[in-house]
Amino acid sequence: MSHDFTRLFELIVSASLINNFVFTRFLGLCIFFGVSKKMETAVGMSITFISVMMISAAISWVVFNLVLVPLEITFLEIIVFIGIIAGLVQLSDTIMRKVSPGLYYKLGIYLALISTNCIILAVPLINSGEKYTFIQSLAFGFGSGLGFALALIIMASIREKIELADVPAPFKGLPMAFVITGLIALAFTGFSGLITL
Amino acid sequence: MSSTSTTNLKDLFLNGVIKENTIFKLALSLCPSIAVTNNLKNGVFMGGAVLFVQTMVNITISLMRNVIHPKVRLPIFMLVISGWVTVTQMLMAAFVPDVYAKVGLYIALIVAFASILARAEMFASKNSFLPSMADGLGMGVGFLFALTTISFFRELVGKGSLWGYPIIDTKPILLLILPAGGFFAVGILMALFNWINARAAAKAAPAAH
Repeated sequence: MSHDFTRLFELIVSASLINNFVFTRFLGLCIFFGVSKKMETAVGMSITFISVMMISAAISWVVFNLVLVPLEITFLEIIVFIGIIAGLVQLSDTIMRKVSPGLYYKLGIYLALISTNCIILAVPLINSGEKYTFIQSLAFGFGSGLGFALALIIMASIREKIELADVPAPFKGLPMAFVITGLIALAFTGFSGLITL
Repeated sequence: MSSTSTTNLKDLFLNGVIKENTIFKLALSLCPSIAVTNNLKNGVFMGGAVLFVQTMVNITISLMRNVIHPKVRLPIFMLVISGWVTVTQMLMAAFVPDVYAKVGLYIALIVAFASILARAEMFASKNSFLPSMADGLGMGVGFLFALTTISFFRELVGKGSLWGYPIIDTKPILLLILPAGGFFAVGILMALFNWINARAAAKAAPAAH
């Protein structure tokens, strides 16, 4: 049991720090650059993100292992996963609007953005590719979400400061953001080798 | 967006390549632009895959636009896109397995490209067959162009080779083919693109007066 627990911990650490989606797998960049301009939006996005990530990892694990594998139609995984995610986002959108309108006004826009986020789709694909168990899939989803949240928050706090800096004209805006991300990514390479899986 | 009869196909094509270049101008679908561009071969195949999916999706949607009910259009677009992506994935796995082994995950993720869905929604669902095809080709070629430029730059400077063949003898700047270098490369190329555009605009402005 304790061995299992260690393995889960390793998965979370590796998904969030060592194989951070933004800095080493380069996924979810559109959203990363889109919402990292302000701290407040970055935090809102992170919360929405982690929850959607875990739920979608859970549902797609169940569908993949209980439906696609027995029927031997695993080549349809992309279509099925994107369907699940789109449905899930739509569903949580509707539920949130009815149950807590306050929260909806704060986080609603991020929900719509999430369905076009590649990380959300990548997690089920990697889960099925690596043949993780149900709990491991959940842990992987949680770790990835955490890693993305970390990246967003670091980036947002830097970008709020860079607004005041004197950047050469062609580098204004996105190009500068890319260079900063490159620097953070370099720092993150320091995490590699922290845990050997 | 102007009506079909007045826009000519060449303009539509060029619009996608230069004015609305997905990566340098709109900054959409950035993930593969960094992930797979550490050598030219992967960059070109990835760009080719996107070109194929974008064009086929645009064609399919424009042919089906009269039978798709507006209320369910987004799920249908997603289905069409993921269908074509699956086709691409299988073709690549069969014909270029060495490239596929490296970029496979990113091929699957073409499904989540905002740019492809956006073109289907904004253009192909409102226009007929030929303009939609021109638009898809333009967008796709623009993407291929961006990926080729980035990977050309990264492989040449970072490894001193092109398409796997060594070109330069001197010690390369290893940083550029490392993951972090991708961000630097895209940032620098984007700035260059901005700079060229700004210069062109500055030249054009006095002439207009």
